[in-house]
Amino acid sequence: MAALSTSDVAVEPAVVDLSFTGVRELNAALHAPDVADKASAWRVTSPAGRHSIAVGLDAEVDVRIEGHVGYYCAGMNQLATVTVEGNAGVGVAENMMSGTVRVRGNASQSAGATAHGGLLVVEGSASARCGISMKGVDIVVGGDVGHMSAFMGQAGRLVVCGDAGDALGDSVYEARIYVAGAVKSLGADCVEKEVRPEHLAELAGLLHAAGIDADATSFRRYGSARRLYNFHVDNASAY
Amino acid sequence: MCGIVGLHLREPSLYPRLGELLTGMLCQVTERGPDSAGVAVYGDPRWSPPGEASVSLLTGARTADDVAAAVRVLLPEAGVVDAGQTLVVHAAAPPDALVSAVRDAVPGAVVTGAGEEVAVLKGVGHPQSLAAEFGLPAAQGWQGVAHTRMATESAVTPAHCHPFSVGTDQCLVHNGSFANHATIRRELRAAGAAFDSDNDSEVGARFVAAQLAAGYDLEKSLKLLCERFDGFYTLLVSTRDSFAVVRDAIACKPAVVAETPLWVAMASEYRALAGLPGVEAARIFEPEPEEVYAWQR
Repeated sequence: MAALSTSDVAVEPAVVDLSFTGVRELNAALHAPDVADKASAWRVTSPAGRHSIAVGLDAEVDVRIEGHVGYYCAGMNQLATVTVEGNAGVGVAENMMSGTVRVRGNASQSAGATAHGGLLVVEGSASARCGISMKGVDIVVGGDVGHMSAFMGQAGRLVVCGDAGDALGDSVYEARIYVAGAVKSLGADCVEKEVRPEHLAELAGLLHAAGIDADATSFRRYGSARRLYNFHVDNASAY
Repeated sequence: MCGIVGLHLREPSLYPRLGELLTGMLCQVTERGPDSAGVAVYGDPRWSPPGEASVSLLTGARTADDVAAAVRVLLPEAGVVDAGQTLVVHAAAPPDALVSAVRDAVPGAVVTGAGEEVAVLKGVGHPQSLAAEFGLPAAQGWQGVAHTRMATESAVTPAHCHPFSVGTDQCLVHNGSFANHATIRRELRAAGAAFDSDNDSEVGARFVAAQLAAGYDLEKSLKLLCERFDGFYTLLVSTRDSFAVVRDAIACKPAVVAETPLWVAMASEYRALAGLPGVEAARIFEPEPEEVYAWQR
């Protein structure tokens, strides 16, 4: 596979066909310090479920991937806007710092895991462990999420327009969770909380940013009961 | 980590392409298990001629000619197909009788599969080389399963490879590890089961075979497995008329299913499905934890 040359990306949008170009070459081109000067819009075709597409971006570029992607797509994203016109495998947008990642289809496990910032939108459903250990990212899911979503979520907001699976928000810290549909069960130390006007405003803003048409008043809010924050002497026998 | 792929064809016009499609799927999960691999193919006329039973065998250093000479003492019409590290013996006899005759003729051989439909081929090496060694790209049939192994709990030998086929035309492949396999192995041994390896996945296969032998259907047998086994597992289990997938309670190991009117396919990762004809229009989903998904022929 030939490395991408400047001439390959002089047109806008730059088109990279992964049938002919390797993921390493694509990512190297997207990591170039002057990537946004070469082309601010990129189209990636024939992803065929390959892993690690468009990881580690750190520039204001728009990357549109036409098909299903494998693991860790758009991981560690900063500033860039990455759109997957299909489904995403495990760990889409993991450890994202900023920017926007949008999955038009469904996302596999651990979507947005450990992400610190930015916006992840999954227009379909996300499976287990969505937002696990989230640290500031906003995640909006148009459909359902699987079990153990927002597990140990430290900061940020998870919005679920459909249903949530078992053990939602288990051991959650200060991440805020909004669910419109049914919650199969809440995890340890996760409780339902009052929806106050500031929460409705926050939720409306997130839905608007995600481009999802849903009624903010139909959501319920969940968060930490903060009972696991400090050692409790009554639990000493458990250690 | 291990890689699983499986393809259950509904459309007979695709039967001649089973091996080609399965080879492409297998090669996409090479990184998940590059030390060894195995395949099970249902309905290939080279390995499972119509009207005959076949037995797949690991014979160590014994050659195909040597095995053929020994088997023909008992079964003069038997055919032997060299599939690399595995040999396939076929003859017009009931499967149990053929297994018994082959065990007598080739003492010490490990039977990797037997039945009227299935051939089970295993080997140590790079999965892509093994596919060529098996003759997989030319295989025909209506159902196939393949596994790439990254060993975590027992030796890297052909006998430790998946699929584990311990009942007639049955086959199980596993990604994960069972925590209580020693306990269940003892129980199955006490009930009369004999084991070919110390592999934890073989315990799963023998447990399922025992449930099927007790009269449960595949779906119920896998529900019983979920109740009895601790650990991590994505399992793909096939029989002469069924193709089923189940995952552990926390869905620890990956699995993706794609379904079209022409076929049902399952793989550890979507990329293994990306080359299938008509995948663009497939219904694609991840199996839910402890839910059994089964398709009938």
